[in-house]
Amino acid sequence: MFKTAEGEEIFIIDGHTHLWDGSKENQKNVHGAQFIDCFYGYHTALSPKEYVWPKEKFDKYGAETMYNDLFVEGYDDMAIFQPTYLKDFYVNGFNTTEQNAVLKEKHPDRFILNGAWDPRDGEAGIEALHELVEKYKIKGVKLYTAEWKGASKGWKLTDEWAQRYMAECVKLGVKNIHVHKGPTILPLNRDAFDVADIDDAATSFPELNFIVEHCGLPRLDDFCWIAVQEPNVYGGLAVALPFIHSRPDYFNQVISELLFWLGPDRLLYGSDYAIWSPKWMVEKFMAHELPDTIKKDKGVDLNLDAKRKILGLNAAKLYDIDVPAHKARLSGTAPAHAGEQTMAQVAEVLGD
Amino acid sequence: MTPHVTSGDPRVAEVWASLAAVTDPELDESVTELRFVTEVDVDAEDRVHIGFRLPTYWCAANFAFLMADDMRVAVSSLPWVRQVLVDLRDHMYSDTINEGLAQGRSFKSTFSDEAVDEDLDDLRRTFRIKAFQRRQEAVIRYLLDRDWSVQAILDLDCPHLATLAIDDAEAARQRGRYLEIRREFGGPGDTAFTTAQGEPIDPRNFAEYLSLLRRVRINTEFNGHLCRGLLQARYDDPAPDGEPTLADFIAGRVATQVAKSNTGGNDGCRK
Repeated sequence: MFKTAEGEEIFIIDGHTHLWDGSKENQKNVHGAQFIDCFYGYHTALSPKEYVWPKEKFDKYGAETMYNDLFVEGYDDMAIFQPTYLKDFYVNGFNTTEQNAVLKEKHPDRFILNGAWDPRDGEAGIEALHELVEKYKIKGVKLYTAEWKGASKGWKLTDEWAQRYMAECVKLGVKNIHVHKGPTILPLNRDAFDVADIDDAATSFPELNFIVEHCGLPRLDDFCWIAVQEPNVYGGLAVALPFIHSRPDYFNQVISELLFWLGPDRLLYGSDYAIWSPKWMVEKFMAHELPDTIKKDKGVDLNLDAKRKILGLNAAKLYDIDVPAHKARLSGTAPAHAGEQTMAQVAEVLGD
Repeated sequence: MTPHVTSGDPRVAEVWASLAAVTDPELDESVTELRFVTEVDVDAEDRVHIGFRLPTYWCAANFAFLMADDMRVAVSSLPWVRQVLVDLRDHMYSDTINEGLAQGRSFKSTFSDEAVDEDLDDLRRTFRIKAFQRRQEAVIRYLLDRDWSVQAILDLDCPHLATLAIDDAEAARQRGRYLEIRREFGGPGDTAFTTAQGEPIDPRNFAEYLSLLRRVRINTEFNGHLCRGLLQARYDDPAPDGEPTLADFIAGRVATQVAKSNTGGNDGCRK
């Protein structure tokens, strides 16, 4: 929970978090080692110095550290788990739905659990998706189109099987499709993070919401074009947001483009934890103001209303979170389950 | 790791100077300024050895190949060079790329199984257009900042742009860079600012046109910021403070840059 100087409570849903295991014991090969090393590069390059962890902690920080950084030290009220399996790189996977579910079970009001699918799994993957929905009631998935699978180095939303999976998502009510479209780390010729396939998918499946993680950066122009055309396309700010610290001028340019083309209703805050910590990021974002020249030039503003939406209200809409009710539950002033009473209510009735 | 200088051999300086002209296609910045080149060596048989590194193990192989190939071509044009051996390090395709280059093979044949659809020339052209747009924006921005009207900017021709007194060193450098790439794009005429297709810019759509250039720049800068940060994090060497290093002096790059901004680059842009 973040409180403004005027005492207003800002409800925060962190749209992009992970609980990963990148430790040596879990690395299958050199790719696994290089993957976590690359993340660490992002972490050290764009975090304020006092938030930089030693590499060993970064490799495997565990559930308690995560809970603490997001909700105790940090200002997140809720966080969305975005799994990244990478089973070709890590023995037990890098960050799976099942591992995330353990923490979600412990803190059901804190986390939104997302699943994942891979069209290359064919029919078996469709069955697995059904199981995920049945078991965890997921409403969203994270797709990692550059994930390796044997000889394949990636896939596209326009692939025939991907279309079948999306049709299945419509049927199952898995309406939020988060797609990683960020900096290229894909080797070789095909750019699996190209945003072009979002266009086709968003047109074909108007019932689904497509949250383009990292706003397609560095393909921001392509992303903006698509998002203007497709009302069911959203931008996830993870990776764009940390520039607010090291390159604030640059951040101003990116956010003003996004506000101009998409507007404040279609942008979602995400820390990309544990690459970055929500504590400093939310503080800087809340304190941030666009320079007058940009406000005038582009006719946009990052005012409190926009910040409220970006930090939580937009995600709450996508995930059907009743914000006032949820706030009350988190603060212990409302019962966690229907039909129950809080301790305070019982105490009042008993006159104790 | 710091740029390694073997000796006072003037040939080493010549190699550094030709490498300085090779750019990362995506960033449109010199591979030496980006500190991708770590080592230059000339052996007794006049063979040049170039040590080359990238910000991540995953950096796209096509870009890596392109840069390494451009380095090979640039350095090969020095008359005394018998062979150029580029040694790309710490990359997932180091061995494949180094071997392909040493045998003078193309990207396609080097990655025969995985790169069937790839046309490196198309890729090079795509990024060259972006470089044109980005360099053009820098010059237009400068003129706008100096209160030039849109019409005056669009009326400008290359010879006048080339001889224009510019009161800012970075803007002068950008002007030189723009005029250089202007010869490749922008059509056969002398108009200083045209679209990358050589079409005139419609003054009524000037704001939209500028906004397109701006988006191109934002993307490129994103890569630039990220690449520099990642390279620094990966190799743990301090960020350059903008001061020229020993290698710059040996390569004569410091003098070159000063000379360039004084003369303002070339004065015509006909192909």
